[in-house]
Amino acid sequence: MINLEVDIAGVKLKNPIITASGTFANGREISEYYDLCELGAVCVKAITLEPRRGNKPPRIAETPSGILNSVGLQNAGLAYFMKYEIPFLRKYDTKIIANISGCTIEENCEIAKRLGNLVDLIELNVSCPNVKEGGVAFGTNPKITKEITKRVKENCAVPLIVKLSPNVTDIKEIAKAAEEGGADALSLINTILGMQIDVNTRRPTLANNTGGLSGPAVKPVAVRMAWEVSSITDLPIIGMGGIMSGEDVAEFMLAGATAVAVGTANLVNPTACVDIKKEFINYLDENNIDDVHEIIKAVKIF
Amino acid sequence: MKKTHMCKLISKKTLAGDVIDMKVQFPEESKPGQFIHVSCGDGVLLRRPISICDAGADWLRFTFAVRGKGTKKLAQYNTGDFLNILGPLGNGFSIDKKGDKTPLVIGGGIGIFPLLYLSKSLGAKTEAILGFRTKDLVIMEDEFKGTCARVHIATDDGSYGHKGFVTDVLKERLAKGDISSIYACGPSSMMAAVKKIAEDENIYCQLSLEERMGCGIGICAVCVCKSKGEYVKVCQNGPTFDSKEVDFDD
Repeated sequence: MINLEVDIAGVKLKNPIITASGTFANGREISEYYDLCELGAVCVKAITLEPRRGNKPPRIAETPSGILNSVGLQNAGLAYFMKYEIPFLRKYDTKIIANISGCTIEENCEIAKRLGNLVDLIELNVSCPNVKEGGVAFGTNPKITKEITKRVKENCAVPLIVKLSPNVTDIKEIAKAAEEGGADALSLINTILGMQIDVNTRRPTLANNTGGLSGPAVKPVAVRMAWEVSSITDLPIIGMGGIMSGEDVAEFMLAGATAVAVGTANLVNPTACVDIKKEFINYLDENNIDDVHEIIKAVKIF
Repeated sequence: MKKTHMCKLISKKTLAGDVIDMKVQFPEESKPGQFIHVSCGDGVLLRRPISICDAGADWLRFTFAVRGKGTKKLAQYNTGDFLNILGPLGNGFSIDKKGDKTPLVIGGGIGIFPLLYLSKSLGAKTEAILGFRTKDLVIMEDEFKGTCARVHIATDDGSYGHKGFVTDVLKERLAKGDISSIYACGPSSMMAAVKKIAEDENIYCQLSLEERMGCGIGICAVCVCKSKGEYVKVCQNGPTFDSKEVDFDD
């Protein structure tokens, strides 16, 4: 029996497979395809204090080995999440990570406070590229990253994960700032800001003009950043960006991730997370690895 | 638990120019108005949503126009190949609201495909108004004749049938006063016009909408349309909507 259990800031995940926020809604639809107990944790769709209607469509476009999206944090708001989505997810033996995406520091503090310990972990989204206020504006400045992390942490009853943006010159600097602010874990990467233009209509393919790039196209960037961040902090890292297979999971863990999140793959196949988990177990098995910790940060750098 | 299906392609035809008609073995029953989400093959990441054109107990037929990278790749499959299909997805048409008199199906261009299966289910009184740009693009006329009491064809340039838009034919047809429901699928300008006409005449109207889609099952929230001021998911809340629920204001 291979030991798959990992620890994120004191929260034990039965395996390192998490869903990436915004690619899984709140689990209801996917629960018709497999038992959510299969997952290490469910990271829910971004929550804002009030309901948000999101951006104008089209919100998605396919690019080489990736997708661009600009949803704009559409969600039903915190009260709805607490009333309907938490009780639904609590029926499953898996951990809940609440991704919070307030427009202001105060809004994020308020959401964290009201969530209390009804969820297992909070992921602070300082990296959404598709909204005018908050989002990536917080996560590209180390001073603001430290400040928002510190303030939200004061309002958190559960460990705080800070989700980092790749849209920066030096992600290590932002990771360090989040750590100094009191983050208990880091997750990376959010999407890479991108753009696609239809050469016949001369229009961008997204109504928001730009969007966030995800999928296999971003994986090497994400792996590099996971490796860079793991070299400057001992905080647990949740790695993500284009994971489509069990080997991709291993790659992120070798780079330094303690757990991983699967995102775009869920859009391609509803059973992606469990398929990837099976492949990952096969990888461990074939390599005679009986504890997943053996591969965390085990990359042999030249 | 729901799952994806590996489906054997049992026939493939080219209808007109770039329109491909495929029939696959399919293990689930589907309703008119539902769609399938198809893997197009290597190099295409997202599935492509395609409306169900007709279906039986163990087969399903879908028709699509070759437009972009995905459909181009999908068109390369041949009889005997297997397709990875997710579905049937979405809500079918509300056949129970067809009323006592004549139900009408209205389609523009590639919007006519989901209406064939629907017309079979609406009964022998059903009439169809089908619009195309020009004569060479007119397809499935005989098939609709087989399922409908009358088929009205309109072409933009007048090269076949009525000259003008399907909405011109619709207005003329409504004058008789025996239409009890309207089901439409086509470009959004056509749908907006049909919605207005139906609501002015106080006739039940249902629209099948299309929007660029991601997951097809409601988890990614990209394929939205505006409904009563809010964005709702076409894949999950639709693709069929009561016309009164849809805003075409932007």
